[in-house]
Amino acid sequence: MATVRVQQGAFDIGAEIAALGAGRADIGGIGCFVGTVRDQAHGRAITAMTLEHYPGMTEQAMARIAAAAEARWALLGCTLLHRVGELRPGEGIVLVLAAAAHRQAALDATGFLIDWLKTRAPFWKKERFADGQEGWVDAREADDTAAARWGALG
Amino acid sequence: MTAAPRPLRVLYFAWMRERVGTGEEAVQPPAEVDTVAALVAWLRTRSPRHEAAFAMAASVRCAVNQDFADPDTTVAPGDEVAFFPPVTGG
Repeated sequence: MATVRVQQGAFDIGAEIAALGAGRADIGGIGCFVGTVRDQAHGRAITAMTLEHYPGMTEQAMARIAAAAEARWALLGCTLLHRVGELRPGEGIVLVLAAAAHRQAALDATGFLIDWLKTRAPFWKKERFADGQEGWVDAREADDTAAARWGALG
Repeated sequence: MTAAPRPLRVLYFAWMRERVGTGEEAVQPPAEVDTVAALVAWLRTRSPRHEAAFAMAASVRCAVNQDFADPDTTVAPGDEVAFFPPVTGG
């Protein structure tokens, strides 16, 4: 039921929402989170962000995260898309959709999915700054805290 | 006839890959290297670059056969073991 995809190219949010709801009328709401590349970090201008991942493990981890959401909420479908390769400021990095009969499940599942995706899927970001320097993004404690609010390891 | 020993496939990602200088290597540690912690200790002796990469051991995460692992996780010939920084996707 979950759609899980790692891709280089841009995603079409409208098309993904349409695909999630295609041919059914039992969905009462779809939660949506879109992560995008910012043009600065720590006060420095960013010209590009490169996403690296662990092929094979990534897809398994994403499928497991989707399954965990489906076990917690009565979802009528969910979509997890994550881009890899070199991205520019303003471009989408990640898309999370969760469909349910009622909004609370859709919104909660969307929050859960992005929190777990940020802390449990093997992706790494490298920023390139306007002065040509590059640096790997450090993991943020705030992301672990956000993921922990959903409770035990799954 | 005994089967030829199977190597461990070791993968590195992000700054671990850059510090070690390769994304993948096949290694054949001695039989007593049977946990992640023992493998790390053994890999550190392979080259100054390995030593430097694993020097920040507290910041290095591991997966065995594409599942997140910890220092006590068992490793065996033929396994795929990956080392990488804490993840930063999303």
